[in-house]
Amino acid sequence: MTMPMMHPKRKNPVLRTQQMNLPPGARGRVALGITTAAAEGRFELQTCADCGAVQYPPRETCHKCLSPRLNWREQGGEGLLLGSTTLHHSNDLFFRERLPWQLGLVHLDAGPTVMVHLHGEVGAAPARVRVGARLDRAGQAVLIGFPNEGSAHMADDKMLREMTSDPKFRKVLVTDGKTEVGQAIVRALVKAGADIVWVGHAEPWKKMGGLDDISALPQVTLVPLDLTNGRSVTELAGAIGGKVDIVINNAEVHRNFGIASRRGTDVAKAEMDINYFGLLRLAQEFGPALKGRSADGATNATAWVNLLSIYALSNFPPHGTFSASKAAAHSLAQCLRAEMRPAGIRVINLFPGPIDDEWNQQMPPPKLAPATLASAIVKALRDGVEDIYPGDVAEEWLERWRDNPKVLERELAHGGG
Amino acid sequence: MARQRLSYAGVAVAVPVTVPYVRYSTHSAHWFIGHAIDALVKASGVGKDQIDGLCLSSFSLAPDTAVGVTQHMGLSPRWLDHVPTGGASGVMCLRRAARAVQSGDADVVACVAADTNHIDSFRQTLGSFSNFARDATYPYGSGGPNSIFAFITANYMRSFGAKREDFGRIAVDQRSNALKNPNAMFKKPLTLDEYMAARPISDPIHLFDCVMPCAGAEAFLVMSQERARELGLPHAVIRGAIERHNAYSEDPVMVRGGWRVDRDDLYAQAGVRSADIDFVQTYDDYPVIAMMQFEDLGFCEKGEGPAFVRSHSLTCDGSFPSNTSGGQLSAGQAGAAGGFLGMTETLRQLTDTAGSRAVAHAHLGLVAGFGMVTYDRCLCTGAVILGRPA
Repeated sequence: MTMPMMHPKRKNPVLRTQQMNLPPGARGRVALGITTAAAEGRFELQTCADCGAVQYPPRETCHKCLSPRLNWREQGGEGLLLGSTTLHHSNDLFFRERLPWQLGLVHLDAGPTVMVHLHGEVGAAPARVRVGARLDRAGQAVLIGFPNEGSAHMADDKMLREMTSDPKFRKVLVTDGKTEVGQAIVRALVKAGADIVWVGHAEPWKKMGGLDDISALPQVTLVPLDLTNGRSVTELAGAIGGKVDIVINNAEVHRNFGIASRRGTDVAKAEMDINYFGLLRLAQEFGPALKGRSADGATNATAWVNLLSIYALSNFPPHGTFSASKAAAHSLAQCLRAEMRPAGIRVINLFPGPIDDEWNQQMPPPKLAPATLASAIVKALRDGVEDIYPGDVAEEWLERWRDNPKVLERELAHGGG
Repeated sequence: MARQRLSYAGVAVAVPVTVPYVRYSTHSAHWFIGHAIDALVKASGVGKDQIDGLCLSSFSLAPDTAVGVTQHMGLSPRWLDHVPTGGASGVMCLRRAARAVQSGDADVVACVAADTNHIDSFRQTLGSFSNFARDATYPYGSGGPNSIFAFITANYMRSFGAKREDFGRIAVDQRSNALKNPNAMFKKPLTLDEYMAARPISDPIHLFDCVMPCAGAEAFLVMSQERARELGLPHAVIRGAIERHNAYSEDPVMVRGGWRVDRDDLYAQAGVRSADIDFVQTYDDYPVIAMMQFEDLGFCEKGEGPAFVRSHSLTCDGSFPSNTSGGQLSAGQAGAAGGFLGMTETLRQLTDTAGSRAVAHAHLGLVAGFGMVTYDRCLCTGAVILGRPA
């Protein structure tokens, strides 16, 4: 049983804020295959295309038949714990600051023996366990030995909380509370145990439905935030930047134009101003604040979530300028991820298909319900993944894009969604 | 049926040299190699220019290898080898040097293992030890070999009923051997109570299950017996030698080492049985590995290691003299020199220069090596039986 995490005490402002020392992040190029899968929540190992042998650690040549044809395949992760140890000493600062630390050696049913970070609920060896891959604070994949049947509070395990960005007891900024999506995100965060949810609203004189319901929640505080206005972003960062643990940037402008369907650049500029420059303004103000608090106790700053679009991968001509702004935002989010990584802050990018809102009114179903999107965000935070493609449309686009981006481009040019 | 291998007859192993260990050094590995070669020259009377073979083992020499060392030391050998097998490099350097001498590729081979140890070098070595370590063990707590051998020890204890006290006997007896070794880093006696009360490092591994990284060097010369006699050098002869890499890779966790694969070959080469061996120098990176060597080299059956150490004393004057220098557990681990420690100590035992550590009537000594935890176990195993010349 994991002891349920208690609400952390208020921070003593006199004490120095602990700074981040990342766990070892060096990996060989082949080993990054595990990270690639873990970034999307899957546990994959190399499997020999010729003899079927599963390989670990990752390598270039099959250890059974010498074939170079090693393909990444999803693993169930079932295995037998052969031994465990509790580290009381480490030469690495990250672990030294977090001792004692539990490790295990697991013989996977699939063949290899793997070293894992061991969840506290796993019993003494020999014990059946389930191995999964997670990203650690360095953003690299590590394997974790989970109990076969975890308890209700297993997410509160000290080790696991280091690997994830669970909103429980954390303070979150949601940049736009006026949309259905924003309100769904706020409700999901409150349900997930977030301590404080600051909800941004631009142009407060415009009354929008639902905002009153959200602001009635005791965890919620409305804050003025206009991402088109650098001063507004700076002022908010000055007020709450030192307290925010998770930033969820869901503010977006979405119009349904290509190039020829509207003259001029006014709409395209408005889209870019929020979707791209808004992210840039926000990241410049809140990025350094998050980085400074990434090792600040049990409710450290931990994650940054960007609401992108599956159209960021390949332009959807009927929403052509919106697609372009999301592609720009995606590129900038990669830059943000690289800059946040040295502090151990995870940047999570969402690539949804059409959301069931007013700007996708003319899109045929299936469309993503705002509540589904919101729970996908909470799940991503809890699972510690980096990239999520919520909904059937996004998954199908992704599959087609991975199969052949050029074919997808052609299909989209012919209006095929 | 494997082809009958050439015997090692006619090869002399001589001039054991130890460059005293220090916990930390500001010198590079070259400094220790230089001291070792200088000591070899002075103790043997063989001129530096007469050393025409060099076999080197070192972790901290990078970016140099044995190649750079020749220029650094002003050597011009006609045979050169760099053996990267760490704890197994003593056995492996000896095997290679012996064949070079037998074939006439070299007349006098200096085998040298040396490493320095800076304040932060152990941590840095751990992180860059191997591709597999970088990818699959170092990110997990960075405990280095301690956590790997914790798994192996825990699994062994569970499988064969070994107790911490059993490993403690090995550590305690070796410490009493070390007290007679002026080169040993540890100078104070160790009791079983102290062993049991030590702080946990990566349980069941506690403090006195671990070696202390330090700086130092071990070295010896290999030449023909004829040459050794001309020079008037006391020496030992090679009765048999084996090596094996990546044995039993299908075992999900290490319970036996490559010695088990080749031990019949080893004793057959020497024409002796395990019972004929007078003393044993195991590779003692952790006590459980010493215990496995007792089993895998045929002194007892698999799983009988705990009972074996309960019924024997491992001191120099005990019923089963083992690691008579104190071993790495009590003498210290000077990097790759740890793989040479058993060799130089055995040469001292067989050439009557072991002082108060002398094992009575010592005629046959066995030296085992074990090296390179690239992932979840050491891959390199080897063993040699050395004897007094006929």
